[in-house]
Amino acid sequence: MRTYSELTEGDRSNLLGQVSAQRERVAARLATVRHVVAVVSGKGGVGKSLVSAGLSAALARSGRQVGLLDADLHGPTAARMLGVRASGLAVRDNEVEPPVAACGVCVMSSDLLLEETAPLSWREPGHERFVWRGTLVAGMLREFLADVAWGALDVLLVDMPPGSERLDTLVELVPSLAGAVVVTIPSDASYRAVRRAVEAARAGRVPLLGVVENMAGYRCGSCRADGPLFDGDAGERLARDTGAPILARIPFDPAMQSLVDRGDVARAAEALGPAAEALMTRLGPPGREERRA
Amino acid sequence: MKFLCIECDRQMAFAERKLPGDGTLAAVFSCPACNRSVAMLTNPMETQLVASLGVHIGGRTVPEQPFELTRSTVEGGRADAFSDIAAPAGGRPVWDEAARERLSRVPSFVRGMVQRIYADYAAERQIAVITPEVMDTARRELGLEGM
Repeated sequence: MRTYSELTEGDRSNLLGQVSAQRERVAARLATVRHVVAVVSGKGGVGKSLVSAGLSAALARSGRQVGLLDADLHGPTAARMLGVRASGLAVRDNEVEPPVAACGVCVMSSDLLLEETAPLSWREPGHERFVWRGTLVAGMLREFLADVAWGALDVLLVDMPPGSERLDTLVELVPSLAGAVVVTIPSDASYRAVRRAVEAARAGRVPLLGVVENMAGYRCGSCRADGPLFDGDAGERLARDTGAPILARIPFDPAMQSLVDRGDVARAAEALGPAAEALMTRLGPPGREERRA
Repeated sequence: MKFLCIECDRQMAFAERKLPGDGTLAAVFSCPACNRSVAMLTNPMETQLVASLGVHIGGRTVPEQPFELTRSTVEGGRADAFSDIAAPAGGRPVWDEAARERLSRVPSFVRGMVQRIYADYAAERQIAVITPEVMDTARRELGLEGM
């Protein structure tokens, strides 16, 4: 019997070709984006989305064109931190226009798609969902990258979900990923969880651009003095282990958190301003394209 | 995937794709020499796997739509999540009342996308009025089962 390769007529389904076309669509969309940067952490609750939102706003404040893709599809928060609420995404011929936050950052998030309290879930069939759920999440991330009219950006920050699994997906979709910013809190538990994510990033040959230690102390709401919050030096240890610089150490500031919860990211942008500049230095001057081998 | 008619030693041609409605998929292939047809039937899990990749058995019949996979698979989407901007009215078909009513039954999360696909189909064929019959023909020709 002849083999697949010996049959000379085309394979009309051409599934491989369809997948390849999807990847080309991502590449074409991101051709006008100078740097795609993932914001990662191996642990939930370390303030990764706050760092993503603050960094993006700080970069926009300095005159850069910035996008923020909230890849935490199951627990999206970044858009609201930037004050962006669902208001009917404009769909034109082959693209979706991203809302623009007051600070100038273009945003896309599953928060803009889902009903207020609805979890991210999928239509039938309802059995054996574990088989294909990951593929659907990857497909949704692909569409967030490929179908949004990001335009010409200096930086597209991708706020990743906790853990390292989705970073592999991002690397496959964006081979030109410039690198990752790692977010931790000072505790030893955080160090160990984030360290695993760092190793996963290294395995995927994702350059580590820097470490942000969040909740590095507590800022008093009355006197604005900083005091201790967590034991540990996870930020320093991660920087030492990886050779990546510490971009910022941010105290937990209830006032700042309260503002961010209301969609006002200005104070967070101020706190992360130096980190944003350090990140841009790590990425290289305008015109220098960072590409992973 | 390719199918071989062993008796004729000819590659079978893709004929049509069907979604019987039980979460499974049928892809029909015919031998160009003896006209024998076979149907490849996938179980619900296989069907969903193919769908979750955002690919189409038998190939794409319409260009990939923005957020196509998201809009066609996500449950609990906001009714007002998308605002589909139609092309300028000139040359665009109109919808008769029955077609409009049928369209209104499509979940709003995906309705704009479906509307655009039918409108493009009609415009390309210079069909001035979209009726339920036009929608049926489009579904059959484009393989838009479920729309």
